Amino acid sequence: MHTPTNNPHSSAMRRGRLIRRHGLFTRVWHWVNLACLVILLMSGLQIFNAHPSLYWGNDSTFDAPTLQITAVRGDDGAPMGIVRIAGYRIDTTGVLGLSRHNGELDQRAFPSWATLPGPQWLAMGRYWHFAAAWIFAPLLLAYLAYTLISPTRRRLIWPTAAQWRGLPATIAHHARLKFDHGADYNGLQKLTYLLVLFGLLPLMVLTGLTMSPTMNAAWPWLLDVFGGRQSARTLHFIFAFALVAFFVIHLVLVLISGVRNNLRSMITGRYRIGSDTAPAKDNRHA
Amino acid sequence: MRDSKLILPDPKRRRLITGLGALGASAALTGCDSLSRNDRFQTWLGATDRLTRAAQRLVSSRESLAREFSERDIAPTMRANGSTNPSNADYKRHVANDFADWRLRIDGLVREPADLSIDDLKAMPARTQITRHDCVEGWSCIAKWTGAVLGDVLDRVRPTSAARFVVFHCADNIYGGPVKYYESIDMVEAYHPQTLLAYGLNDDRLPVANGAPLRLRAERQLGYKMAKYVMRLELVDSFATIQGGNGGYWEDRGYEWWAGI
Repeated sequence: MHTPTNNPHSSAMRRGRLIRRHGLFTRVWHWVNLACLVILLMSGLQIFNAHPSLYWGNDSTFDAPTLQITAVRGDDGAPMGIVRIAGYRIDTTGVLGLSRHNGELDQRAFPSWATLPGPQWLAMGRYWHFAAAWIFAPLLLAYLAYTLISPTRRRLIWPTAAQWRGLPATIAHHARLKFDHGADYNGLQKLTYLLVLFGLLPLMVLTGLTMSPTMNAAWPWLLDVFGGRQSARTLHFIFAFALVAFFVIHLVLVLISGVRNNLRSMITGRYRIGSDTAPAKDNRHA
Repeated sequence: MRDSKLILPDPKRRRLITGLGALGASAALTGCDSLSRNDRFQTWLGATDRLTRAAQRLVSSRESLAREFSERDIAPTMRANGSTNPSNADYKRHVANDFADWRLRIDGLVREPADLSIDDLKAMPARTQITRHDCVEGWSCIAKWTGAVLGDVLDRVRPTSAARFVVFHCADNIYGGPVKYYESIDMVEAYHPQTLLAYGLNDDRLPVANGAPLRLRAERQLGYKMAKYVMRLELVDSFATIQGGNGGYWEDRGYEWWAGI
């Protein structure tokens, strides 16, 4: 690969210097993980559709769900899709509860474009879900171990003392859509990746396992940690949508903070630091 | 885009990466549903079922118990699912005379085949447990079950060493169709201390909606395993001759044989 020349007047120098940011494991994990999470989300919505209500506690209080996505007849007699949550009823016709599938209005919680497979097919949704989970969970475990063991990864992901102190300033900086392109992640980035890697992703696996009757017998503490099987199912759903939120924010930030630089760093590993969008002297900004 | 050469000096590699990305995205969009219907892919997905079983057997011991709850956790009504009122003449006759001449047939790979009445089963040591029923759809319901421990019943008929599975043949034509429900569990689940042939629900007789006169409770498995309206136990060494050959009504319709998750 090319590296910037020694010529101080070259354009490469003005644009900043290329560094090796992501190792091969990180890059492979990132893209395999993306594929797994997309399959897990869409097959998960297929599974949810089989019983589109959520509850809190050990079992299902059928007449008082915490959240329900269903279809009812409106005042005018026409069917409408609704979401019931905390006493509220939200009209979601067309997307949630009632949506079009092959041109026909269909009663289903999540629409066919969001589920895997598209038609209502619980058995196949479960197969996709567990097949992807068997790739996702062992890789996550390996990647977390790598992140803890490798000094480079540890340095890349754990905020420095100055970064912890500078967090409010970093947040304000981001809110003004200013991004630095330093060799190091900033404090906010590190904190976000820490929360996702060591928080949300393992919680997805654990709340998923808590829904398994055999795992409840093997590891009964799972039920105590998450407050019962139905609570675990609700948390699994909430954490999944927290990951969707992370994905959206991540995608937007990747797009607006130098999409080609960001993409290249996750494909070839090389990342340009100190480029035009942020002053070079500010690139260690905490 | 002017400086693309500078950033990625190898245009071939760049095209390859872009091409792979586009290929992956379009395959993902159009291919998943047809993949779902592909036989070889389904076989591969089926392998994860065996992987899950092996892993769950590894972390759970033979005796690890499903959680038992207290009286106040019992749901107001135990939700009935699948068949709730079998309409075939044979079953209706049993209901009409209160299951007086109903017998549980146990045969197959056993040394002493038997026909047991409900009273025979009630005469055996009973076990009562308040447990959670988990449906494959996602809901759960807690109820109190009373019955004979399946392991005790099996000891009575003495399975041969070739016996690997217990197949449950049921009285109900599921969804009014031509097929009567059937299910199977292996000997590990069959001899689990909480695996019952239940005849009582919430201190009462097992109602018709929940599988009268006898249903299976296999507390570490999902609900579809727990056959209702049980008429016959057959001990077998393989499912090859049982209907579609996958070991159960839902298994023959694409669901996993291992229902531990």
